[in-house]
Amino acid sequence: MIDLSKTIDLSTTYLGMKLKNPLVASSSPMCQDVGNIRRLEDAGAAAVVLQSLFEEQIEQESDELDRFITESADISAEATSHFPDLLYKVMGPDAYLAHIAKCKQAVKIPIIASLNGTTKGGWIQYAKQMQQAGADALELNIYYIPVDPNTTGEQVEQKYLDLIAAVKSEVKIPVAVKIGPYFSSMGHMAQKLNAAGADGLVLFNRFYQPDYDLESLEVVPNLILSNSHELLLRLHWIAVLYGNVDADLALTGGVHSATDVVKAMMAGAKVAMMTSALLKRGITFLDTLCTELLIWMGEHEYDSIKQMQGSMSRNSVPQPKAFERANYMKVLSSYASR
Amino acid sequence: MSSPTTTTRPTVTIDGNEAAAYVAHQINEVIAIYPITPSSNMGEWADQWSAEGKANIWGTVPTVVEMQSEGGAAGALHGALQAGSLSTTFTASQGLLLMIPNMFKIAGELTSTVFHIAARALATHALSIFGDHSDVMAARSTGFGMLSSNSVQEVMDMALIAQAASLESRIPFVHFFDGFRTSHEVAKVQQLSPDDLRALISDELVQAHRARALSPDRPQLRGTAQNPDVYFQAREACNSYYLATPTIVQNAMDKFAKVVGRQYRLFDYVGAADADRVIIMMGSGAEVAHEAVEALNTAGQKVGLLKIRLFRPFAVETFVAALPESVKSIAVLDRTKEPGATGEPLYCDVVTALSEMGVSKKVIGGRYGLASKEFTPAMVKGVYDELLKPSPKNHFTIGINDDVTHTSLNYDADWSTEEPGTVRAMFFGLGADGTVGANKNSIKIIGEETPNYAQGYFVYDSKKSGAITTSHLRFGPHPIHSSYLISKANFVACHQFSFLERIDMLKYAEPGATFLLNSTFGADEVWDHLPRLVQRQIIEKKLKFYVIDGYEVARETGMGGRINTIMQTCFFAISGVLPREEAIEAIKYTIKKTYGKRGESVVQKNYAAVDAALSHLHEVKTHAQVTSTFDLRPYVPAAAPGFVQKVTAKIIAGEGDDLPVSAMPIDGTFPVGTAQWEKRNIALEIPEWDQDLCIQCGKCVLVCPHSVIRAKVYDEPALAGAPATFKSVPARWKDMKERKYTLQVAPEDCTGCTLCVQVCPAKSKSEVKHRAINMVAQPPLRESEAANWDFFLKIAETERTVLSLNQVKDVQLLQPLFEFSGACSGCGETPYIKLMTQLFGDRMMIANATGCSSIYGGNLPTTPYCTNDEGRGPAWSNSLFEDNAEFGLGMRLAVDKQNEYARELVWRLGFTIGEDLAQAIIHADQKTEQGIFAQRERIKTLKAKLAAIDSPEARDLLSIADALVKKSVWIVGGDGWAYDIGYGGLDHVLASGRNVNVLVLDTEVYSNTGGQASKATPRGAVAKFAAGGKPMGKKDLAMMAVSYGSVYVARIAMGAGDMQTIKAFQEAEAFNGPSIILAYSHCIAHGYDLAYGMDQQKAAVNSGYWPLFRYNPDLVAQDKNPFQLDSRAPSIGVKDFMYNETRYTMLVKSNPEEAKRLLGLAQEDVAARWKLYDYMAHEPANGAEVKK
Repeated sequence: MIDLSKTIDLSTTYLGMKLKNPLVASSSPMCQDVGNIRRLEDAGAAAVVLQSLFEEQIEQESDELDRFITESADISAEATSHFPDLLYKVMGPDAYLAHIAKCKQAVKIPIIASLNGTTKGGWIQYAKQMQQAGADALELNIYYIPVDPNTTGEQVEQKYLDLIAAVKSEVKIPVAVKIGPYFSSMGHMAQKLNAAGADGLVLFNRFYQPDYDLESLEVVPNLILSNSHELLLRLHWIAVLYGNVDADLALTGGVHSATDVVKAMMAGAKVAMMTSALLKRGITFLDTLCTELLIWMGEHEYDSIKQMQGSMSRNSVPQPKAFERANYMKVLSSYASR
Repeated sequence: MSSPTTTTRPTVTIDGNEAAAYVAHQINEVIAIYPITPSSNMGEWADQWSAEGKANIWGTVPTVVEMQSEGGAAGALHGALQAGSLSTTFTASQGLLLMIPNMFKIAGELTSTVFHIAARALATHALSIFGDHSDVMAARSTGFGMLSSNSVQEVMDMALIAQAASLESRIPFVHFFDGFRTSHEVAKVQQLSPDDLRALISDELVQAHRARALSPDRPQLRGTAQNPDVYFQAREACNSYYLATPTIVQNAMDKFAKVVGRQYRLFDYVGAADADRVIIMMGSGAEVAHEAVEALNTAGQKVGLLKIRLFRPFAVETFVAALPESVKSIAVLDRTKEPGATGEPLYCDVVTALSEMGVSKKVIGGRYGLASKEFTPAMVKGVYDELLKPSPKNHFTIGINDDVTHTSLNYDADWSTEEPGTVRAMFFGLGADGTVGANKNSIKIIGEETPNYAQGYFVYDSKKSGAITTSHLRFGPHPIHSSYLISKANFVACHQFSFLERIDMLKYAEPGATFLLNSTFGADEVWDHLPRLVQRQIIEKKLKFYVIDGYEVARETGMGGRINTIMQTCFFAISGVLPREEAIEAIKYTIKKTYGKRGESVVQKNYAAVDAALSHLHEVKTHAQVTSTFDLRPYVPAAAPGFVQKVTAKIIAGEGDDLPVSAMPIDGTFPVGTAQWEKRNIALEIPEWDQDLCIQCGKCVLVCPHSVIRAKVYDEPALAGAPATFKSVPARWKDMKERKYTLQVAPEDCTGCTLCVQVCPAKSKSEVKHRAINMVAQPPLRESEAANWDFFLKIAETERTVLSLNQVKDVQLLQPLFEFSGACSGCGETPYIKLMTQLFGDRMMIANATGCSSIYGGNLPTTPYCTNDEGRGPAWSNSLFEDNAEFGLGMRLAVDKQNEYARELVWRLGFTIGEDLAQAIIHADQKTEQGIFAQRERIKTLKAKLAAIDSPEARDLLSIADALVKKSVWIVGGDGWAYDIGYGGLDHVLASGRNVNVLVLDTEVYSNTGGQASKATPRGAVAKFAAGGKPMGKKDLAMMAVSYGSVYVARIAMGAGDMQTIKAFQEAEAFNGPSIILAYSHCIAHGYDLAYGMDQQKAAVNSGYWPLFRYNPDLVAQDKNPFQLDSRAPSIGVKDFMYNETRYTMLVKSNPEEAKRLLGLAQEDVAARWKLYDYMAHEPANGAEVKK
């Protein structure tokens, strides 16, 4: 039997790092456990994005702690406080930083730290500490939902650019930016993000929209894992952006099979990131995926990942209009004629 | 011996408790603690320091253990001492009383130890948390030495001297200082260095202490029982040790002086060497007298003061020698009262000492300062003036107006010794707004960053919601002896605008003083919003007036509603005590120090607030005329009854000090229902009823902690004369469709907690955030809703007999007989108490353990327990903390005995009163409301008949006839009482079989004393005395009670099962035997927004942390399983409940590994408990098949 892994080159590069394959475990709670990081490496992950360190974790929880300690103080002569003094300083990013260091010791694959926030607060300085703790790269997840109708699109865009510039000024390691798809001109925005210093663009964030509980008439948080249908939006924009930005493109959201990975690569992604598939099917699914990827490539006579990267980007396909308005008309008319 | 090191003694700004604990923690090995005001902080410091790993002077971290009571602490301490450890404890008041048995033992065994006591009044006619010497005087016969400290510096010094002397003399010591005035006064002191401690504590003596200890390696026996032949002689065998002790103490004081530089004597005399009049006293009052003596002598008088430091053993010769020979008359001041004695203790000692030494002087004795009653230089002068009289009054009182037995001395209250160079600042803030904390920081800044001396003292009102705090800050170039409140301030700050209409704060302002006001009105518009009195005082006193919109700055800088650092910055800017830049730098330094542990963002936000404050600070141009159209509101409405007008209103106004003795009840008995007259008006927003949306479910009424939302169903004619905005809709009851329903809010009594809104299930179909009850701004509604409330109250109560009392919907219509308490906004306890009074209030007696529920239930000025239209209501009393179950059982025994005797008398008088009536009374079925109502009617008839019968038996029966109507005895208290200090008694009462009902309001900490851990505190929660997270699980008190098999037990949580809650109360009361209800009570000590209290209760139940159940022994007779599980199997992880609360997340933040470990164990606890409960719930009754 031919050992496909010896004949097919799965390697890729991402953010200047050489990766053994394009399969990257995306940021998720799974990454809080060093054991899982080891398992991910064993199963074939080429890199891991750690769980996010949230701005809220750093700031708002401190503020809440301060609020409740203060509000319960001096309410009567007998109770000048209701809590003991904190024994130790609130950890801030310390636990996260220690986790980076532990992961680095535990595995050989690159560890990408993730910072999640939207404002230019003091939390940005933690980027530097992540670098010092040994992170190979940083993923800046800007999970921003502009609900204020007075905020203009331009202001939103500027917010992103300012944040990237601020984080970039803190660190020397590469910084990828994870964004959502809701920009008026994604191509232009991608270029601007690139110009602001983003070394990579991670497309796209999955915004978890809350659901309604019709009995209690309450808005309830809701988490639905991704599926392959979500891949298409990502493929679309990676295909469009490929060649138009210098930043590396990473596809995240909707990768559930080897063919999904192949599509991601063909659209122009350097890596395909996964969370839902691993949560659903377990870490060992990566191993299966890797094998299936090799089989598919072998069957279709591809030599390497690099060979296929961008091969079906907008610039590389004979019908670029498929990525444009014409495709929309075509889809609609085909639906009508059913 | 270590050499003295003066260079390593920092200046610190701390309170007396911290000073005592600082020394005690460093020179002991085992510390047994238990919380009691005002000494709790000493135990808290010790626990905190040990948790942080701070070592004593021998390099080992002292073991700190919380016990179940002070009695337990003393026992553990006694054992630790016997086993050879250096051991100490901290306590006060009733706590010291509980230690007395062990103190006799410890002293009898000549064992070295020091108890540090924040001296506090004893509970007599009333409890008081405040300072006097009643407690230490009650312990003076124990054989302990007694050393008094008068100031914070002395507390630190004497703590060490006492320990040194105790080790050498083998006499144990009580080291005491005045509760609050010294224990809580923040002052600039020199901190003793560890070398100072080592210099005073002899290692040889420590080793000798150990060598005397019990050890199986060299066994001895202590604690024999002795007979008449030798006990007496053996008791006298210790005499030489007592005789030697004064010299040993003086030697320790001298050694201390050599090392540290401060010289103390057993009796320190200050004043004129040729004084003709001398006052003798001890405690913080001596500091006041010291100040007065200096002022009087400067003015040409010849007076002196003898400060007693070593009170026991009393050194007679040294004492007499310390008095100047020139003295002609002496006044001895005692801060205690010993009714019936020839005089108070110190007075008697002085008289005896002088007599024994053959010295003849005129000596009078007097009482002052009981329960922190103000003691001022003016009063001191009043005493000296009295001594000038040819026949001065003996056994006098000073500081009150005794218009009954005329003991009080007159004095000129305006006489002042305040130094002109001292800055005196007063700040009026809200309890939770951080004013006190910021002022403590200011005092630290001034004390530690400038050469000034500094003093801070903080006064709180007696409410837990909307409490007003007054901070008194002094600082100046000379040492401050002023252990009394500021009455002439040169800086007054009002941090809450609404106070202006409630408090006359500018009466404290000196002419030319500065007035800083936190105001949403700017400098140009604020004038018109000031009451007339305030305007007049600003004009007449020529005050410099500044405003700042602290709230705006707080909002802009992300501080939310917190204005403390903003106001603090303004204070420094205006007062000029430090150059501005320097002040700001110092404020930022203390911000970092105070808040640094809570996270960088907290520090940064505070910095931003400081930076933004000054640009919003504006001076207000003084107006020449009083222009306002309104003034301060009357303290109680004109409709209030006489006692309330005459007494209560004065207390509310802060003028209680002016009330004479004749105004006070002689035996501590107070009228009920007075809280209704104290309109505190503290809610910025109140709930507004949307009558069209409302489904009349009554949940809002049920959860309201302050009984400010009420509902009534009534007949339409009652609406005649209703105010225009009074709302009324058809009642949604099957049987009362023709009637009207109103839900009414008391706008001036509401605290704005929003529990009612959170619990409202009726949401608008077109805008779900709009419910049947919604929070709206209070000011526009205040007057109209107040009128509506008054009208509502006049509508007759819905007839109890037509209601089904196990339905929330019906229960809402029952009149609460507990209203407008001073409990915290959003309190989780009071909804249960209110419900209890709705159901049984007209026939209940309540024994209430000391704690939150006794404070909001019985702290003056007003009382929340009230009566119904017939004048019936709960009869309430608080005995102690530890004895509440027994106290309640005693009530039951009395009620039962009276009932028994009354029945006997009814039989005996059967012919006279009519046999039918007698039969009906004796056989009355009182299981239902209707039955009780019928019996009351019979008793009315009986009384009428008895009144006409002239016989001793008839008169006797008349006096106890009410006992023939069913009474409901309730024993109420918190978890500190039920799980810890009162558990032994509670257990006995549950075992008694008597018909008492116990309600445990389980907040899982000692809430009232500031959140110390109890055995109810859950695993993984951070609490005081469990600063590192409680490692052990919560005691399952419910199951312990179940184990009797004869006790009704219910575990309830109103937020998770309101029907189950009502059922449990009904069943507990109906059960003819002991019953206990454990009620989950959310609390401010849990650390989350209490608006979500009921949601958190639900989470506690859904996670399996707090399963609901009822155990009803009556069901056994019906062949049913007595154990009924009322909640479902856990549906969420325990983490989803715990991590909503700061008490748990604090540990996650500060020690995540330990938090994770304890969370895991807590989840295991839940699983194990659920398994057991589930098994019990499905256990077959009488061997039948298990039904799953």
